[in-house]
Amino acid sequence: MTFITGATRRAFLGTAGSGLALLALAPVVAWADAKMVADEIAKLFGDKPLKEGRIKLDLPSIAENGLVVPLSFEVESPMTEADYVKSVHFFAEGNPSPLVASFAFTPMVPKAAASIRIRLAQTQNIIAVAEMSNGDVYTVKKEVKVTIGGCGG
Amino acid sequence: MAQPTPRVRMPSTAKAGDVIEVKTLISHEMESGQRKDASGKQIPRKIIKQFVATFNGKELFRADWHPAISANPYQSFFVRVPESGTFVFQWIDDDGSVYKSEHKVTVG
Repeated sequence: MTFITGATRRAFLGTAGSGLALLALAPVVAWADAKMVADEIAKLFGDKPLKEGRIKLDLPSIAENGLVVPLSFEVESPMTEADYVKSVHFFAEGNPSPLVASFAFTPMVPKAAASIRIRLAQTQNIIAVAEMSNGDVYTVKKEVKVTIGGCGG
Repeated sequence: MAQPTPRVRMPSTAKAGDVIEVKTLISHEMESGQRKDASGKQIPRKIIKQFVATFNGKELFRADWHPAISANPYQSFFVRVPESGTFVFQWIDDDGSVYKSEHKVTVG
């Protein structure tokens, strides 16, 4: 077996680095963390209590390609004029920016559900926050393990 | 980059009150603004920052996207078809361009 020295391993990583790996190595970016996510949530909802539940978040436990990670969600709600989901926000604790996406619903939408595909720079928690029309705020968190380099980013 | 092409999959006929899933996809690099080119220069951010769906002129659903959205962004969601009408989907680019797709649904 060939023993890879530190230097050649670094050189290898350097040349192999593209896309996500490059993104992960960029030193200019201030990375998001749990505190930054909490700050973003506080910006939107102040010190309102965040309740558990009502959000069904569908994310893979292990994502081999961090560039395309499928995300689906559904928030329990009758979706009527009197009681509907106003907005759903997604935050990432380990991306260069904590913001992922926000969705605004109206009572004309029959289900507070949607699917997107997101980028994840590394293994991290994804946090969903849903605001109901009566002002209640619900949250849910899920960890996604990201295999970096397995696919060259 | 080629002009982004939106693609929308939804039925063109429905029964009144039907719940249908709308699946959309648009070709776009979604340049995050965090990558560097070969010479080490930061590549400027250029993403689609917003997606808006309306039915007969009334807003149904809106999505704000950040650089964490994958290239060629996919968005699916649900709508109810109360009557015959036109769904309009719009993607708003960082540079102000608006990419639009219209779909008529007839209630039979």
